[in-house]
Amino acid sequence: MTFLAYALYFGALIGAALMLAAWMARVYAGIPALAGVERLLLRGAGVNPGRDMAWPGYALAVLAFNLVGFIVLYAILRGQGALPLNPDGIGGMAPDLAFNTAVSFVTNTNWQAYSGEAQLSYLSQMAGLTVQNFVSAGTGMAVAVAVIRGFTAAKGTTIGNFWVDLVRSVLWILLPLSILLALFLAWQGVPQTLLGAVTASGLEGTEQVIARGPAAAQIAIKQLGTNGGGFFGVNSAHPFENPTIASNLAQSLAILLIPVAFCFLFGRMAGDRREGRAIFAAMAVMFVAGLVVIHLYEAAGNPALGLGANMEGKEQRFGALLSSLWAASTTAASNGSVNAMHDSFMPLSGLVMLVFMQIGEVIFGGVGAGLYGMLLYVVLAVFLAGLMVGRTPEYLGRKVEAREVTLAVLAFLSMPLGILVGGAIAATVPQALAAVQDAGPHGFSEILYAYSSATGNNGSAFGGWGAAGTWHTTALGLIMLLGRYAIIVPMLAIAGSMIRKTRAPVTSGTFPTHGPLFVTLLILTVLILGALTFFPVLALGPIAEETARAAGQSF
Amino acid sequence: MAKHDRSANASGIYPAAIRASVTKLDPRQLWRNPVMFVTAIVATMTTLLGLRDLFTATAGAGVALHIAFWLWLCVIFADFAEALAEGRGRARADTLRATKSETRVRLLTGPDADPGTASMALSTSLRAGQLVYLTAGDTVPTDGEVLRGMASVNESAITGESAPVIREAGGDRSSVTGGTTIASDWIVMKVTAEPGKSFLDRMIALVEGAERQKTPNEIALNILLVGLTLIFLFVVVTLPAFASYSGTTIPVVVLGALFVTLIPTTIGGLLSAIGIAGMDRLVKANVIAKSGRAVEAAGDVDTLLLDKTGTITFGNRMADALIPAPGVDARRLAEAAALASLADKTPEGKSIVEKAREMLGAIPAMPHGAEPVAFTAQTRLSGLDLADGRRLRKGAIDAVIRLTGQTPPGALAAQVDAIARSGGTPLLVAEGDVILGVVHLKDIVKPGVRERFAELRAMGIRTVMITGDNPLTAAAIAAEAGVDDFLAEATPEMKLDLIRREQAGGRLVAMCGDGSNDAPALAQADVGVAMNAGTPAAKEAANLIDLDSDPTKLIEVVLVGKQLLISRGALTTFSIANDVAKYFAVLPAIFVAAYPGLASLNVMGLASPTSAILSAVIFNALILIALVPLALRGVRYRPASAAALLRRNLLIYGLGGLIVPFIGIKAIDLCLVALNLA
Repeated sequence: MTFLAYALYFGALIGAALMLAAWMARVYAGIPALAGVERLLLRGAGVNPGRDMAWPGYALAVLAFNLVGFIVLYAILRGQGALPLNPDGIGGMAPDLAFNTAVSFVTNTNWQAYSGEAQLSYLSQMAGLTVQNFVSAGTGMAVAVAVIRGFTAAKGTTIGNFWVDLVRSVLWILLPLSILLALFLAWQGVPQTLLGAVTASGLEGTEQVIARGPAAAQIAIKQLGTNGGGFFGVNSAHPFENPTIASNLAQSLAILLIPVAFCFLFGRMAGDRREGRAIFAAMAVMFVAGLVVIHLYEAAGNPALGLGANMEGKEQRFGALLSSLWAASTTAASNGSVNAMHDSFMPLSGLVMLVFMQIGEVIFGGVGAGLYGMLLYVVLAVFLAGLMVGRTPEYLGRKVEAREVTLAVLAFLSMPLGILVGGAIAATVPQALAAVQDAGPHGFSEILYAYSSATGNNGSAFGGWGAAGTWHTTALGLIMLLGRYAIIVPMLAIAGSMIRKTRAPVTSGTFPTHGPLFVTLLILTVLILGALTFFPVLALGPIAEETARAAGQSF
Repeated sequence: MAKHDRSANASGIYPAAIRASVTKLDPRQLWRNPVMFVTAIVATMTTLLGLRDLFTATAGAGVALHIAFWLWLCVIFADFAEALAEGRGRARADTLRATKSETRVRLLTGPDADPGTASMALSTSLRAGQLVYLTAGDTVPTDGEVLRGMASVNESAITGESAPVIREAGGDRSSVTGGTTIASDWIVMKVTAEPGKSFLDRMIALVEGAERQKTPNEIALNILLVGLTLIFLFVVVTLPAFASYSGTTIPVVVLGALFVTLIPTTIGGLLSAIGIAGMDRLVKANVIAKSGRAVEAAGDVDTLLLDKTGTITFGNRMADALIPAPGVDARRLAEAAALASLADKTPEGKSIVEKAREMLGAIPAMPHGAEPVAFTAQTRLSGLDLADGRRLRKGAIDAVIRLTGQTPPGALAAQVDAIARSGGTPLLVAEGDVILGVVHLKDIVKPGVRERFAELRAMGIRTVMITGDNPLTAAAIAAEAGVDDFLAEATPEMKLDLIRREQAGGRLVAMCGDGSNDAPALAQADVGVAMNAGTPAAKEAANLIDLDSDPTKLIEVVLVGKQLLISRGALTTFSIANDVAKYFAVLPAIFVAAYPGLASLNVMGLASPTSAILSAVIFNALILIALVPLALRGVRYRPASAAALLRRNLLIYGLGGLIVPFIGIKAIDLCLVALNLA
C-alpha cells in the first residue's frame, strides 16, 4: 500500500517532468509564435533580445536584477504601514527583519523570520513576496539554462541573454503552471481574497480572528518555484494553505516538478538524453534512500511516546506517509515549505533533512539551482576520477582544467563556510544562543538546521528555533547571499570557460558520463566531498540525539 | 644490437634519498607542496605542545610527542618519495655527465677551409655558428649540423645503441649530438647549440628534475588538493566551538591529528614523485621530453599519424610468394629464382633466396663457374649465367618480356595483374627465353602491428598511416595492418592539412618525423616526436625527441602519458576515499566524553580514544610510504576502453580506498595495544 502510493507519486512526477522538459527545451530555444510578446516586453525595457552575453555580462545582469529586486522589496516591507492594500493595518517591518526577509525572497530561500498573517500587508505579500517568488525562481532557471549552454552548446563565447532567459522562464513556464495550480488550490478551498481577517465566535464563545487573504496564488508559485515561503506562519500545515489530501498531493508534485524537469532538459540540450537521465538517476537514488530512512523512522515512531507512528508535530490529515514525503521533498528541493514540524521528526529523519541541505541542495534542489549545483559535483567527480582513464578529464567532450577546478573549489567552499563557520559562531555568541529552544544535541541540531537551511537557500527551520532575533536575521541574511551568489557566479564562470573549448568527439577512450558506473561515482562524490564534511557536526547533533534516545534519554 | 642496461644503479640511491628527505624539510622547499607544508606546520605545533607538556609535567605529553613523531614521519616519507624519484634520474644524469668532458677542438674559419689552418678552442667555449673539424676518435663537443663530409658516429653514450650510424652533410641525417664519438672518417660541423643548451644538457636537467615544471593537470590537481585542505581546515577550526556547545573540549593536538588525517596527504605527498617517475619512464624509453606538458598531452592523443615505412612495415619489399607459370614445377621456379638472386645483396634479393629456402628446404649452392649478372638501370634485370650456358634472369615485367620475346601465358598474366592491383610488385623469372613464373614482392607488415592497432582502437585512438605510395598500394597495406585510415602520396603540406583538420574536429594529434619538411607538421601536432637522427629543424619543432630514432616509439610515449595520468587519478581517489574510515576512527574518540552513546560510531572497535587517534595518524603515514613503489612504478596499465579502465580502477582504488583503512587502522590499533603503546 505504502509502496504503491510512493510508486504512483514517482510515476506521476517523472511523467509530468518529462513532458515539461520537452516544453522547456522549446521555450528556451525560442518559440516563434511567442517571440512577439517577448520582444515587446524586452524592447520596452531597453533590452536587445538578439544580443547574447559572455559570462561576466550574464553574471552582472543577474546581480543587478537581484539587487534592484532586493531594494524594492526592502522598501515595500519597511513602508507597508503607509502603503495601500493593508486592511488589517499592519505596521512597517523592523530594518533587520526587512533585510532578512528581502534577502530571503530574492535568493529563493524564503526563510521566514516573521509570521505572514501578523506582520505582512497584502501589498507586501502580493507585490513584494509573490513577485520575488516568480523572479527569484526565474533567476535560478535562467542561470541554470546559461550553465547548461556552457557545457553543451557549440563552441563560442556567449552563454545566452539573461533578460530573455528570465522572461521566458517566468512567462511561459512559471506563470502558466502557477495559474493552473492556483485555480486547483482555490477549488480545494485555499482562500484567494483581498478582504481582511474574519472575526468569528467559536463554540466555547470566545472571539477569534481568522486570517485570510490572497493565498492561493502565492502558494502555487511558492511550491513550483521551490520558494517555500508560506502565506501563513505555519506554512503548508495550515488548513487554509493545504486543506485536503488532493491539495497536499498537488503541492508535493509541484515541489519537485521543475527541478526534476531540469535534469531531463539537460539531457535534451546536451543532445544525449542519457546524460540527463544519469544526473536524474543519481539524484533519485539519494532521494529515495533518504525518503526510506525518514519514512521508516516516522512510521515506527518513538517508543518513549507510545506505540504507533511518530505523530508529534504532524497533521492528522496527512499522517506519517504524506509528512515524510513532504519533508524529504522540501529539503531535497530547496523548497522549505512544510506540512509538519521538522523539529518533531525522529533524530535520524532530521539527519537526512540536514544532509539534503548541507550537500548544497543538489538532490533536485531549487529550480535551476539544483541542476547547476549538481553540475558542480559533476565537474569535481569528472576531475577526480577522469584521470583514472588516462586522459585529461573531460565532460561532454570539453576538458576540465585548472581554471574550472579553481572555480568549482571556490563555489564548493561556500557550503562549509556558511554552515560550519556561521554555525560555529552561532554556537558561541550569547546573543545567538538565545534562539535555541531545546537542550543538548537537539538544540545543537536547531542551530545546525538554521545555518544549513540558509546556506542551502532552503528556508525551512526546526520549529522551536527563535529566528527573529537581530543576530540571526542579520547573520542568516548574509549567509543566504553567500549560499546563492557564491555559487551562481563561479558556475557562470565555469560555463563561460567551458563554452570556449572545442568539443572532442566521443571515442571509446572517452570517460563515460552516463550509465550506472558514473551514477555511482557521482553519488559517492556527493557523499564523500559533500556530506562527509559535515559528519562531525552531524555526530554532535542528530546522531548524538539518536544514540541518547536509544538509551532512553530525550531532549 | 646489444643495448646497455641503463636502468639506474639502485644500490646507491637509497642513502642519498634518505639524506635528501631530511634536507627537503627546508620550509622554502616544502612550500612548493602545500599539503605537506600544512602537515609540517601541524607537526611543528604538535611537537612544541608536546615539549611544553613534557617540561610542565602535564599529562598527555607522551601521546602528543608520539603523534608528532608520526606526523613528521609522514612529511619525511613524502620527501623520501620525491628524493627517490629524483635519485633514479640523478644516477642516470651522472653517467651522462661523464660523457661531457672538456676537450680541445679544431675551429675552422669556413666550411671549405683547410683543416691544417684550424685554430684550437675549448669545447665548453663553443658558440652557435662556429665551425669545428672532427676526425675519427674525436668526441663531438656539442650539438651541430654536418656541413661537409661523412662519418660513422658511435652514439652509444646517448642511445645505448652500439652499432655506429652514418652522419653526412645534406639530407635528413645531418645532425650530430654532443657526447657521441666519431668512429671513422671526418666531418665539418656547425655548432647549433649555445653553451649549456645542448641536448645532453637538457637531458641531464630533465632526468635530474631540476627544470621540472608542474604540468597542467598537476596544477589543477594541486588546486583541488588545496581546496580540500581548506575545507577540512573549516571542519577542524570550527570543531572546538561545536564541541564546547556540546560540553566537551578537544585538545589542540587531537585537532591537529584529525586535520592531518583528513587532508589528502597520500596524494599530496606522492604527487611530485609520480610526475618525476613518469618522466623517468620516458627517459628509460630513450625519449627526451622538452616539457612535461607534452607527456600529458600524449595521454590525451586521439589520432596517431604513423609513417608506413619503419613503423608499420619493415621498409623493404620482400618476396611473399613464388607463383609458377602453367606447366612449370614450383621447385624449378624456386631454384631458378634463388640462383638468380644469390649474388643480389639487396633486401629484396635476400628475401627471394629466403622464400626459396622455405620452399626447397635448403639454399641451392652457387654452381661452380657461374657468372653473376648485376642489375643496371638500363636492363632492369639481374641474374646468373651458369657454366652450362643456362641464363637465369629476374626483373621487371616489361624487361623480361623484352629479353625473352615472350609474353606471360594467360593464367600467369592474370596473376601478375592481381599482384599489381593488390599494391605488390611482380617480378618475372626466366630461364633462357622461357618464363618460369612470377615473384610477388610486397611490403611486409611487421608482426604484432595489427594487434597493437586494435589495442589503440580500444583505447579510442585512431591510427592514420602516412605513405608516399600510390592509393592502391596504400589501401592494401592499410587493410592488412588494420589502421583506421591512410594518407597516400603524402606530401608535407598534406600532412599539415590533415593535422589541422583533425584538430579542428577537437582531436589531439601525435606524429613523428625526421626531415626538415616535417618541421611544420611536427610543430602543428599536439605531440611531435622527432627522430634524434633527424634534422635540427625537425628536432626544434618537435616537443619530444626519440634518441633511438624508432618511429614505433610514438606508441610507447602515449602509453607512458596515460599511465602517468592514471597513477595520479588512482592515488587521488584512494586518498580521498580513505577519509571515511578516518572519520570513523577519530570522531567517536573525541566525542565519546560528551555523548557516551557515540561510542557506537566506533565500528572498528578500537581499544581507546588515544589508540584510535594514534592508529589513524600512524596509518596515514604508513600508507604513504607503502604506496611509494606504486607511485614510482606507476599504476599497472593495460590498454582498454575508458569504461573498462574506469570500472577497474574505481573498484581497486575507490572501493579499496574505502575498505583498506578500516582494516589497516584496526590492525595498527591491535599492535599498539599489544605493544602497550596506547
